[in-house]
Amino acid sequence: MIRPESLLCPKPEGLYCAPGDFFVDPVRPVTRAVITHGHSDHARAGHGVVIATPETLAIMEERYGRDFAGSVQALGYGESISRDGVEVTLVPAGHVLGSAQAVVRWKGLTMVVSGDYKRRRDPTCPPFEPVPCDVFISEATFGLPVFRHPDDRHEIAKLLRSIEQFPERAHMIGAYALGKAQRVIRLLREAGWEKTIYVHGALERLNRLYEAHGVALGPLAPATTGAKQDFAGEIIIAPPSALADRWSRRFPDPVAAFASGWMQVRARARQRGVELPLVISDHADWDELTATIDELRPGELWITHGREEALLRWAELHDVPARALALVGYEDEIED
Amino acid sequence: MRAFAELLDRLSLTASRNAKLTLLRDHFTNAPDPDRGWALASLTGDLTFHAAKPAFIRKAVEARMDPVLFGWSYDYVGDLAETVALVWPARPGANREPELSEVVDALRSASRSEVQRLIETWLDALDPTGRWALLKLMTGGLRVGVSARLAKQAVADLRPVPVSEVEEIWHALRPPYEDLFAWLEGRSERPTADAPGRFRPVMLAQAIDEEVDFGKLAPNDYAAEWKWDGIRVQAVNEGGVRRLYTRTGDDISRTFPDVIEALEFEGAIDGELLVLREGAIAPFADLQQRLNRKSVNDKLLATYPAGIRAYDLLADGGEDTRVLPFARRRARLEDFVARLRTSRIDLSPLQPFESWSELAELRRQPPVGDAQIAEGLMLKRWDSVYEAGRPKGPWFKWKRDPFLVDAVLMYAQRGHGKRSSFYSDYTFGVWTEGVDGARMLTPVGKAYFGFTDEELKLLDKYVRDHTVDRYGPVRAVRADVRHGLVLEVAFEGLQRSTRHKSGVAMRFPRINRIRWDKPAGEADELAALERMLERMEAR
Repeated sequence: MIRPESLLCPKPEGLYCAPGDFFVDPVRPVTRAVITHGHSDHARAGHGVVIATPETLAIMEERYGRDFAGSVQALGYGESISRDGVEVTLVPAGHVLGSAQAVVRWKGLTMVVSGDYKRRRDPTCPPFEPVPCDVFISEATFGLPVFRHPDDRHEIAKLLRSIEQFPERAHMIGAYALGKAQRVIRLLREAGWEKTIYVHGALERLNRLYEAHGVALGPLAPATTGAKQDFAGEIIIAPPSALADRWSRRFPDPVAAFASGWMQVRARARQRGVELPLVISDHADWDELTATIDELRPGELWITHGREEALLRWAELHDVPARALALVGYEDEIED
Repeated sequence: MRAFAELLDRLSLTASRNAKLTLLRDHFTNAPDPDRGWALASLTGDLTFHAAKPAFIRKAVEARMDPVLFGWSYDYVGDLAETVALVWPARPGANREPELSEVVDALRSASRSEVQRLIETWLDALDPTGRWALLKLMTGGLRVGVSARLAKQAVADLRPVPVSEVEEIWHALRPPYEDLFAWLEGRSERPTADAPGRFRPVMLAQAIDEEVDFGKLAPNDYAAEWKWDGIRVQAVNEGGVRRLYTRTGDDISRTFPDVIEALEFEGAIDGELLVLREGAIAPFADLQQRLNRKSVNDKLLATYPAGIRAYDLLADGGEDTRVLPFARRRARLEDFVARLRTSRIDLSPLQPFESWSELAELRRQPPVGDAQIAEGLMLKRWDSVYEAGRPKGPWFKWKRDPFLVDAVLMYAQRGHGKRSSFYSDYTFGVWTEGVDGARMLTPVGKAYFGFTDEELKLLDKYVRDHTVDRYGPVRAVRADVRHGLVLEVAFEGLQRSTRHKSGVAMRFPRINRIRWDKPAGEADELAALERMLERMEAR
């Protein structure tokens, strides 16, 4: 049996595949990169060749411009490429539009780099697809038993109830510009919110991109025009950093809401001055992380980033050999 | 339980008073009896359980999950109830979610071992918010930023009636307050207030507007007395039921057994609770040693003896004296106090005067004795009846001018709620000499009000433009001899403090004026505050 480390090993740039000569989600410019999804800490500009799903390539082009890489190679879900005997297949990760797990096969050894993932339904992307493997490489952003994300419909209902209770105030939702914002909008539409949703300028391009990929977002309008009172009873979606920014002063007594897995912990909400926490996350919570490992029962579990110590402890208690890669450069879901 | 849990959840993160009232009103309108009554009792502090102790919860959770993982979770969250609520392994469908009233009934009546078993089955059935609310309820301290008075205000708004009407009958009511809700919803008569030892809603004074009011008021229509620096209380003894209430009707009898023992009378007096030593008032800091304590010991009672300086009589024997004019009540009060055989209750003397200018002079330079540490003067119309609330005209407070100091802005912190986009909490300092002999600033206080909305915008901009460092929500602002913003800070008093590096603590500091014109180097020295403190103590 070949040692997994000879197929993939951690390097300062990121996870490196020596026999295939490529990196997965490198944090520095490299010759060849497989990119799992479009979040800026995983998808950086300046690589030679970028291999990713067409959606992820479109997101990178939107963010970095046409010349974000020397050349690109689009790989749809389920499609593979081979090079020097190493086969790479991209399968859905359920994280954001275009997000994929990289399944790397070589000489009978299968390793899955999950990238960021979640297991629950998301109306903006296909669900995570479990792939049997020898080594499963997982994130652990919410790797503590306190993180148990509730049903997102419950969180949206909480928001709609608050709008009924406070019709004279605006409701301002902080949401990550790629993925979370569009998911929240879709969830609102599914819950029957048909009114125009007002959006911060920083979200506009990605909203258009999602719509071009078949995610219908309904009526949207910029949040910058109109008198203060026009926003009473309305929903505004903005990047989290805008919540406590001077930008928020244009709205009538806004209720600060924040859609994030971190909102599970009251102190985190309080710290950011959030009045209405919405626990909606694009990452696997503790139960999803452990259930995934249980389901796959990989020969080995590798943990890329996040709160690895608790997940290592869990793996030890459940007889799954595990190691932490301690990769640096990947951020928490929170941006500030 | 779900509606109650969601109410607590929202309240715990809501800063604005109006928004809290909306949440409370909605709950009291929509929740059924008796659940809403228990919710009200939990918020007013009228619900305590003895059988449920928090210690077993930790054991129960550690029996269900790896203690190491629990320990890391607790480290991360920092609050036991919240951690347990989040990590408790859910068993959906195992049980039905309990109603609040079921929980309360069981906690009140079941034995300790039964309660533990019940709590575990409830935790299995509830969602994390429900579990959190259950644990908060069980351990007593809700700490969701709602005072008893605010909860009563929300209830009063249901009809609506003034909150004093609810306070007046409050002590005759028992949870779950079905009679109270029935009255407020117009389904029955107002519940009777005739419980012995009940609280009577207090009469409050308007702040006088010197420019306007004195021109309209005749000096001989008013009595004047000193405004004492303690806390307003109502002391009642009716048919052997003795109670001591704060001005919002909170029962503080248990904290002041020495005062309760001294209530050898039949009636109700309105007065100031103070630490009294041989008839002289001790500083407010001494009274603070006695406030908010659950248990008191003999040493505390001996070191900080409490008493009441009486200024009004609300009931005399079985007679309600509130309908009498102040002049009559005052005469009755003087007789009433003279008959008491205790040194713990004395009379707040009237301060005779002929003209407003004479009174103004007395206020500026109070006579020797307790008046020197009074907060100012009270004016009461001789013909005024005792009327709950804050009527305009019969009573005025005329506070002593505040102390002023010029300090330099050092740090600013983001506000909450409406002010979360503003740096609105300001820490300021005065000059002192460092070890190397150079002048340096030492923080002496923090203030977050006293300025207008326009001034707040300017202060916020100043902070953003002059930030030299950041620590989370706090910004350090450039402040040295040549650069810095001088704030004129007004405050009501000074105390020595071991918790502050400067050794002094201010009472009610607020920003009186922004001195855009004044160079930072000309702000006050710490020595100036120390001299003020010495003068106050030398009384």
